[in-house]
Amino acid sequence: MIDLIKQPWPWYISGLTISAIMLILIFFGKSFGFSSNLRTICSMMGAGRRVKFFDFDWRAQRWNLMFLTGAVIGGFISSHWLNAEAPLSLSKATIEDLAALGIRFDGELVPMELFNLDFVFTAKGLFMFLGGGFLIGFGTRYAGGCTSGHAISGLSDLQLPSLIAVIGFFIGGLIMTHLIFPLLFG
Amino acid sequence: MSKSEAISWYRIQEMFRFQSFHMFGIIGTAVVIGVVAVSLIKRFGVKDVDGSAILFKPKESGWRRYLFGGIIFGFGWVLTGACPGPVFVLLGQGYLVMLVVILGALSGTYVYGILRSRLPH
Repeated sequence: MIDLIKQPWPWYISGLTISAIMLILIFFGKSFGFSSNLRTICSMMGAGRRVKFFDFDWRAQRWNLMFLTGAVIGGFISSHWLNAEAPLSLSKATIEDLAALGIRFDGELVPMELFNLDFVFTAKGLFMFLGGGFLIGFGTRYAGGCTSGHAISGLSDLQLPSLIAVIGFFIGGLIMTHLIFPLLFG
Repeated sequence: MSKSEAISWYRIQEMFRFQSFHMFGIIGTAVVIGVVAVSLIKRFGVKDVDGSAILFKPKESGWRRYLFGGIIFGFGWVLTGACPGPVFVLLGQGYLVMLVVILGALSGTYVYGILRSRLPH
């Protein structure tokens, strides 16, 4: 059984798990949307005194902060005790495309040559991680949700705004991958 | 998320290059099951744990905020290789780089809060 969990999960199991998470949250009168935690944390840190957008009762969102804490713990458990030994089975085409950009596929979950603190504090690293984080925070609140709130919850409810948002996610993702990455790493 | 590698920076690259079905399979499965489950909940008026009816709040209408916000998020998604949930899963896995991403994400959220009334929604 534990060996079964240790292997990388096929996509349909993961998809099933994600929809189960959404349904459990719905059953408990909540909704599945992760990025609103960022607003909650801003509010907790006192942003509500200066900006009206953060002036709300963040304590009502404590369940979602618990969910966030669970995500961190889940990451810790899976990497410490449930890790698959085999390297990530990335497609050959992607490995070649990344190599052309000078990013070597190392078989880890993320490229360690980029995901280390030395790289982060270079100009390129700050753009990628601090800048990327900024765009995530700004974009999700502007769009009113991220992959969980729009792509999963919103599309499940057949909401047009969520479809527009998901199309936006892909337009942005495709531009970054195919137009900006070659400039950044070229 | 960890176990299906949906939190992998490489997998996000693969998805936006259309070089594997993996990520599309994950999102597609979740959405198909979600659509069926939500329509069943609505049809049969399923109650939640407190016994009150389950209501689905419609998103505000409009398209600008969804399209523009979505594109901006898409940029960040590819740069960091993670959406907000996976950022925290990766932190739990010990990738301290994610602390920088979280700092960025909180500043981005804060700046949105400031500019909100001036942006087209």
